[in-house]
Amino acid sequence: MTALPLPPGGSMLAVDPVPWARGQMAFTLASHIILVPLGVSWACMTLVANWRAIRRGDDDALLLAQRWSKYMAVTFAVGAVTGTVLTFEFGLLWPRFMGTWGAAFGIPFSVEGLFFFLEAIFIAIYIYGWKRLRPWPHFWTGVPIVVAGIGGTLSVVAANAWMNEPAGFTLNKAGEVVDVDPLKVIFNDAWPYEASHMLVAAYLVGGFMIASVYAVAMLRGRRGHYHRLGFLIPFTIAAIATPVQMVVGDTLARWVYANEPTKFAAIELVPESDSDVPETLLGRLDSEGQVSGGIAIPGLASWLSDPSTGTSTVIQGLDSFPADERPTTAEVNTVHLAWDVMVGLGTLLFLLSVWYGLTWIVRRDMPRSKLFLRAASGAGVAAVLAMEAGWTVTEVGRQPWIVRGHMRVEDAATTNGGVWVMFIAVVAIYLALATTVVLVLRTMSRRFRQQDGLVDTDSPYGPREVSAERAQEAEHISG
Amino acid sequence: MDDAVAVVLFVAVTTYAVFGGADFGAGFWDLVAGGAARGAAPRALVDHAIGPVWEANHVWLIFALVVLWTAFPEAFASITLTAFVPLMLVALGIVLRGASFAFRKSLFRTSQRRAFGAIFAFSSVLVPYGMGAVAGAIASGRVPAGGEAGDPWSSWINPTSVVGGVLAVTVGAYLAAVYLISDARRLADDAMVDYFRRRAIAAAIIAGPVALLGIVVLRSDARYLFDGLASRALPLVLLSSLCGIGSLVLLLRRSPRGARLLAMGAVASIIWAWGVAQWPYILPTSLEVAAAAAPQATLITVLVVFGVATVVILPSLGLLYFLDQRSLLPAEGLDALPPSRGSASLP
Repeated sequence: MTALPLPPGGSMLAVDPVPWARGQMAFTLASHIILVPLGVSWACMTLVANWRAIRRGDDDALLLAQRWSKYMAVTFAVGAVTGTVLTFEFGLLWPRFMGTWGAAFGIPFSVEGLFFFLEAIFIAIYIYGWKRLRPWPHFWTGVPIVVAGIGGTLSVVAANAWMNEPAGFTLNKAGEVVDVDPLKVIFNDAWPYEASHMLVAAYLVGGFMIASVYAVAMLRGRRGHYHRLGFLIPFTIAAIATPVQMVVGDTLARWVYANEPTKFAAIELVPESDSDVPETLLGRLDSEGQVSGGIAIPGLASWLSDPSTGTSTVIQGLDSFPADERPTTAEVNTVHLAWDVMVGLGTLLFLLSVWYGLTWIVRRDMPRSKLFLRAASGAGVAAVLAMEAGWTVTEVGRQPWIVRGHMRVEDAATTNGGVWVMFIAVVAIYLALATTVVLVLRTMSRRFRQQDGLVDTDSPYGPREVSAERAQEAEHISG
Repeated sequence: MDDAVAVVLFVAVTTYAVFGGADFGAGFWDLVAGGAARGAAPRALVDHAIGPVWEANHVWLIFALVVLWTAFPEAFASITLTAFVPLMLVALGIVLRGASFAFRKSLFRTSQRRAFGAIFAFSSVLVPYGMGAVAGAIASGRVPAGGEAGDPWSSWINPTSVVGGVLAVTVGAYLAAVYLISDARRLADDAMVDYFRRRAIAAAIIAGPVALLGIVVLRSDARYLFDGLASRALPLVLLSSLCGIGSLVLLLRRSPRGARLLAMGAVASIIWAWGVAQWPYILPTSLEVAAAAAPQATLITVLVVFGVATVVILPSLGLLYFLDQRSLLPAEGLDALPPSRGSASLP
């Protein structure tokens, strides 16, 4: 690592801030992204249950929608604070990135601010509204949450896509941004592919996450109408999203092949430019930079990159780029492994969705076997891992750049040598936070089961302090 | 154009101070409410009052940060490089506070509830102090221009920053106490009305002199700001003092509704006085607003977004307000009491 200027006064505690800044950003993003699918897609599933409750007078669906909205409030609240940390981190960890590129990079975020505002307001209205609005108007207050979730995803991913495919700015000789085209910044070339991939992922991952909880409950023998609905609504959404995601992901991969050749070379583990490149499953680059291990499927990587030219498609290898403008060997191995994990898990989820879909077509019912439920109960974790792996491919594959072709990560980082203190504090707090979230959601679920009615007191937006008579009254009504 | 965006930035900061600041202040009263038995009633009211709008209030902070880094990226880089330590504490404090607040009402045993409550209350003081200290660092010219780092410690441990931090905590506590009187009145809880009325008066009596003392400190520590406050921003300083005194009088005369408006006016006008006093600098006295501003097209985008926000967000907040008011109908029951601050954020 090159020596970096360290601030005066911090010498005792000072270390090279770059790896700590990267580690912290990776950790906090990886944590926040787990909550994102819930924030984006849960409202939609809740509305499906809500719709069914009103249309068919289904009391179980109503109960499900009410409880989901309370869980949603907890995950949204935690997502909001972890998102706030990211906002601060842009400045605290990457001040030189923000100082140089804020005028362009900030634009998608100002749009996202709008959606975040809408989401915060309507989530409060929806949860407050259960007992206070007539059913249909109440249903419609939930729709802006869904719209805001989609809009927010599209704008935040626009910022990330811009880092991969920077556009819409003019630099002067000193490298300062002197003119900006906001529309080109937002609608950069990578945006449609990346944004649709993440949006579908939000529904896919959110659906499998929620369904897996009810799959576990069904395995434990709770197989009533209520739990069936709790499984079917999210699982159906995820099962529809999975094949869509295969197509969207494939299109994105081909775009990366054409536009981000270093990332693509890392994904496909291609040290030297060649045609008839094999698809290497697992495997790694050794210290000589040659592929070792893994299972090679001849010609497949070339064929997938451009089916029109088949196995004669040439893939640019890592050797076509200067060593300091492409990922290091360790980074290449990380990208390739992450890619295999994402595609592998995605394929398994696809097979699970096919199983479900075919059974449904033949029998008009979900598969009854225990094996299916066991697989479904693992699908939530698998989907989260696939999403994390996908982001690893995007981010590590862009190295050494933070703004591809324009700014390196090490030139973007803070010079503050005390970053490691924050890193340790953040890790400790997030671990405690994660434990608490799980505990709280479980406690809520247990309490719901005991009371078997609508409990108002435990959501961060819900009305507080139901008096004893009120609680009894509520129990009386719902019972 | 850059002037207009600077105004937008200050609108966001002011709104956050007036609404979000009171959320922190409520946490302060939670902290000093005493033991579990004695503090039960005020704590319940605080819980109740922060209500469903804490998230919406919090969004103003995000909005202010996004406007700052998009429209004035150089200033943002300088501030985050210089004030790394207090901003880090603020960020961590916000996580702890938001999370413990969200979880506290979940169904835990009393001991767990108490632990979360303590975290909530402690971070409610830490966060506004940190923000006030950063404001002090900026106002006293300790943040250099050019995306450079100032001193990592003395930039925020200095007389102006201490004044800023203490002022932020006391002003938040004052606003919260004034708002909580109205909440208690709506609950027809006379004991709590009196409880928070006494505390609001005490907070006002402390916040006033702290502000005055602050001006004396600025005279030696932040001369440019002091000169601005004593000249072009003087009308705002006077307006703030009048509002403050007026709200104190109304509190003594048991007229909380007017007191609430005047308290908000006092806080808003002192923040605007800060802005006017350091004009035309965004970082006194090294970086002017015009020099720090992003290219024209970016500024226009920020203004358009702000325009859309006023068209879309205000009616939404209005809907929240309307529903809250409806829930006040006797038949709806008391558990549906609305957050007073959701309503107050309407123009």
